Amino acid sequence: MSVSVRIPTILRTYTGGESEVTASGATLADVIDDLESNHAGIKARVLDDNGRLRRFVNVYVGNEDVRFLDDLATPTPDGTQVSVIPAVAGGC
Amino acid sequence: MSAVVAEQASTPGTPGTTDSTSGTPRLREGAFGNATSLACRECGHEVALGPHYACPECFGPLEIAYDFPAVTREEIEAGPANIWRYKALLPVPTDIETSPNMEPGFTRLLKADNLGRTLGIDNLWVKDDSTNPTNSFKDRVVACALSAAREFGSKVFACPSTGNLANAVAAAGARAGIKTVVFIPSNLEQPKQVNSAVYTDSLVAVNGNYDDVNKLASEIAGEEDGWAFVNVNVRPYYAEGSKTLGYEIAEQLGWRLPDQVVIPVASGSQLTKVHKAFQELIKLGLVEEKPYKVYGAQATGCSPVSVAYKDGVDAIRPVKPDTIAKSLAIGNPADGIYVLDICRETGGAIEDISDDEVREAIVLLARTEGIFTETAGGTTVGVLKKLVETGQLDTSLETVVINTGHGLKTLDAVSGSVGPVATIDPSYAAFVATGLA
Ligand SMILES: Cc1ncc(COP(=O)(O)O)c(C=O)c1O
Ligand SMILES: [Zn+2]
Repeated sequence: MSVSVRIPTILRTYTGGESEVTASGATLADVIDDLESNHAGIKARVLDDNGRLRRFVNVYVGNEDVRFLDDLATPTPDGTQVSVIPAVAGGC
Repeated sequence: MSAVVAEQASTPGTPGTTDSTSGTPRLREGAFGNATSLACRECGHEVALGPHYACPECFGPLEIAYDFPAVTREEIEAGPANIWRYKALLPVPTDIETSPNMEPGFTRLLKADNLGRTLGIDNLWVKDDSTNPTNSFKDRVVACALSAAREFGSKVFACPSTGNLANAVAAAGARAGIKTVVFIPSNLEQPKQVNSAVYTDSLVAVNGNYDDVNKLASEIAGEEDGWAFVNVNVRPYYAEGSKTLGYEIAEQLGWRLPDQVVIPVASGSQLTKVHKAFQELIKLGLVEEKPYKVYGAQATGCSPVSVAYKDGVDAIRPVKPDTIAKSLAIGNPADGIYVLDICRETGGAIEDISDDEVREAIVLLARTEGIFTETAGGTTVGVLKKLVETGQLDTSLETVVINTGHGLKTLDAVSGSVGPVATIDPSYAAFVATGLA
């Protein structure tokens, strides 16, 4: 299953400057593994040492924050847009 | 197009031009005062001053690091009656007053004896930030963000907002002659929409809640060059502006810290910065060291930080907001974990109240102290009341409650519950019949 992943500025060093890349996988965890195989180093930035999403990164499948879905187990159907966005700490 | 651009051209060092090889903006000497770098609040990783907000190692929030010189009370007192009296403690240049800005701050600290008597608090003050130029504390943070945007040579000044920030950004941008684009949830209070649209032709209403608007802004910030989103890519500079609330409270109390302070929590930024301000004043020897307690206030319809506090956990579970306190309606507050730490460490607490209690507290503050607050202030005063009733707040200690915004912006919250006590003909007899004589 092929999904499109939006990459934040601070991770574009891993994608050769690309702001959007494709990846495949049935769940978010699979997608992140697939990203890692093509863009080595990216996984350790997005997940912590325990393999969980880092506290200050928000990941969206479609328009929904995966913390409202099944976190890393969230399904990523064909054609889904996945977005990785730093949490914005402060101000409204 | 703008004064910002014009000023750049005449400034040596040409701020805002970009080094073509590194992509880092070339900065004017002293552009950020005594600030030295950006440091990750989570892992300590340091980054050079620039329009950056997330740690490249761990995504943690970048904060301004300083090398403060000795600063005296006299130097501060000799400054202008606005936030720039504290410019040595902010990431702004020493000539900050020379460029057009809204000059917010140094708002009144009112002794609130009537409210204190009603609630049973011996020594209560209201820090009333509703008297800032656009009637909320947001003018403080925006002034600092504007300085950073100028120094980076940004061409657009922007924000996602629950309303007050949009008002402040639109007004400050107009005065500075820089283009503004502000994004708000489309269901926002009408007065807040008008208060932005009057200053800018680029108010964008987004179908979604604040967290959706915030996500959109982060995406735009990643794609558009030269856009300074005050609370996204220039957030580290912006957030420092809230420290001035803490400095002012201490200075206005005669250079001492209060025992307790109650602060509204949306993102949690303001609360963390008031605490940071108190710590800096102690470190710089401007006030005597003493313990103080920090309390946070949320509305029950959006209370992820209060819930985490009560559950005794460190992680904040995001929520979908449903409350009349729209300016506090951030369901996924990134500074929430720091709010938890600060309230716990200082011996304070975080509490939340219902929308009805918010309305009642708005009327209570108005009828005891003559201050008309918006729903955020209603939340804060209502939480103060609940903290007393539940025994979480020591009523013998000197307490400051922060009112962050003006009631005219959220008129609808109380317009159904207050109004004429009678409608009468213009005759003396009719007046007497009301029983008011
Ligand atoms: C009036 C008012 N008070 C308080 C806040 C919350 O501020 P913070 O994001 O620092 O928690 C806001 C945010 O928009 C606000 O508008
Ligand atoms: Zn970090």
